[in-house]
Amino acid sequence: MSSPKLARGVALVGAGMSKFGSFKGKTSRDLFVEAFVEMLESVDKGIDPKEIDALYVGNYSSDLFEGQGHIAPIMASWTGLNPLPAVRVEDACASAGVAVREGILAVASGMYDIVVVGGVEKMTDLPTEKVTDTLATAADVQYEIPAGFTFPGFYAAMATAYMNQYGATPETFMKVGIKNHNNGALNEKAQFGAKITTLMEARRASAIKKGLPVPEWETELEFLHDDKANPVIAWPMRLYDCSPVSDGAAVVLLVSEDLAQRFTDKPVFVAGMGQASDGALHDREVLSSIPSARIAGEQAYKMAGITAAEIDFAEVHDCFTVAEVIASEDLGFFARGKGWIAAEEGETSRDGSKPINLSGGLKSKGHPVGASGVGQVVEVFKQLRGQAGPRQKAGQLKYGLTHNVGGTGQTCVVHIFERRN
Amino acid sequence: MENQFTNAAFTAHLAEHRLMGSRDKSSGAVFCPPRPIDPINHSYDMEWVEFKGTGRLEAYTVVYTAPSAMLAAGYDRKNPYCVGIVKLDEGPMISGLILGVDVAHPEAIKIGSTVKATFVDRVEAETPKTYLAFEPV
Repeated sequence: MSSPKLARGVALVGAGMSKFGSFKGKTSRDLFVEAFVEMLESVDKGIDPKEIDALYVGNYSSDLFEGQGHIAPIMASWTGLNPLPAVRVEDACASAGVAVREGILAVASGMYDIVVVGGVEKMTDLPTEKVTDTLATAADVQYEIPAGFTFPGFYAAMATAYMNQYGATPETFMKVGIKNHNNGALNEKAQFGAKITTLMEARRASAIKKGLPVPEWETELEFLHDDKANPVIAWPMRLYDCSPVSDGAAVVLLVSEDLAQRFTDKPVFVAGMGQASDGALHDREVLSSIPSARIAGEQAYKMAGITAAEIDFAEVHDCFTVAEVIASEDLGFFARGKGWIAAEEGETSRDGSKPINLSGGLKSKGHPVGASGVGQVVEVFKQLRGQAGPRQKAGQLKYGLTHNVGGTGQTCVVHIFERRN
Repeated sequence: MENQFTNAAFTAHLAEHRLMGSRDKSSGAVFCPPRPIDPINHSYDMEWVEFKGTGRLEAYTVVYTAPSAMLAAGYDRKNPYCVGIVKLDEGPMISGLILGVDVAHPEAIKIGSTVKATFVDRVEAETPKTYLAFEPV
């Protein structure tokens, strides 16, 4: 087990992100620069880039997505940070969350005082089947992929195990998607920042304009049950259960706790963190839970000295809707087998007892895989400082949690951030 | 030590239509796919063991959006396939194609049903390959 305390405290004092979406003509470095500049401008009392000591970059597979390897020094070059040490961190979809952890450890060690941590992915240049193949390399290509598994397929299989064990239905997962689209509609950076009802209206308007039969969906669930509007990808996961293929970048600024006031009067502190690894999905004792997430969560709570009940809101890794339900149990927000009931009863919505994915989550905001972990931290930074605009969660917020998963849980990294007053 | 518990050895056994794994000589723990090191006691004194191939379906999905390799094998949105995780009678769990189930009604496929291993021989780029699959007993 990792040590429960950092050698010295670490604070977040700046955060920025590009819009997430599909951006023809923009490469990783272009998106990274946008996020970096927004981070610089977010620092209340300013930051001189010359003060920065090192750069950590989460990235899953620029090699396969863009034909560009060795991207950390390129990101340093395009942000004007050469010759600082620049390190790429790869742990699949958890790359950026692990990069944040590495940045925190570097500052806590005393080696660096001021570190930039970013994440970036440019996925939309490849056709869908090549994106599927590229994502598949995050699984075991010797023993899982030859069986015919895809990433939607893995999570769909976890969904069947979960449904069989606890009684959830495919509609449970649809409701998670509806909730995350409701949240994402308030996020100007989201790739699909629209409510499902808005998307339904757009479809109807388009049908009328083209003189086609107008679909007669009465409710969001009727729309989501429509095989044409919402095709099955890997049963029971349909299109609107899956996070999109995305381009995007996010960047945060970490400093030692004693320097925090130099940059802002409203720093956000690292209260706890955890990380764990695991083997292939078929190697786990249970398929309705992600063991690495349970371990990472327990480590983070122990380090922060708090329980799950004290978390005010969380950004969790909803790469597929079922993953959010499982995460809500793995993180201890709800008992095993009760997360789906909490989701159906609205406990995880904006006004529920445990708001999850106020940003819209990966589902609505977008999932540029190697950037998502930092994107989650950007949201927590904004919410804890009261700067989340129309989607700001009301009330006094003290603890925000991020949960970032690589693969099906071969990696999970959890962070707890704290606003002290 | 020279590691003989490789994917190449496992797939060579599959080509002979045998499902082989490894057994820790000290604890008797068995692993499929074969592991070179026992993760519980960290022993690396292993031997080959053959599995009966019978087991229980633990989780599954029916894939409509197929990856390149499965498209090449003839699967697509109009011809989806079932893939799942099977717990072998000897204990280990492994992934495999699930044949002989009604992919048009995925909700009717039963977790907990008994399955047995079968072997799918394909020729890919003029190279014969054998894949592990399961079918209902």
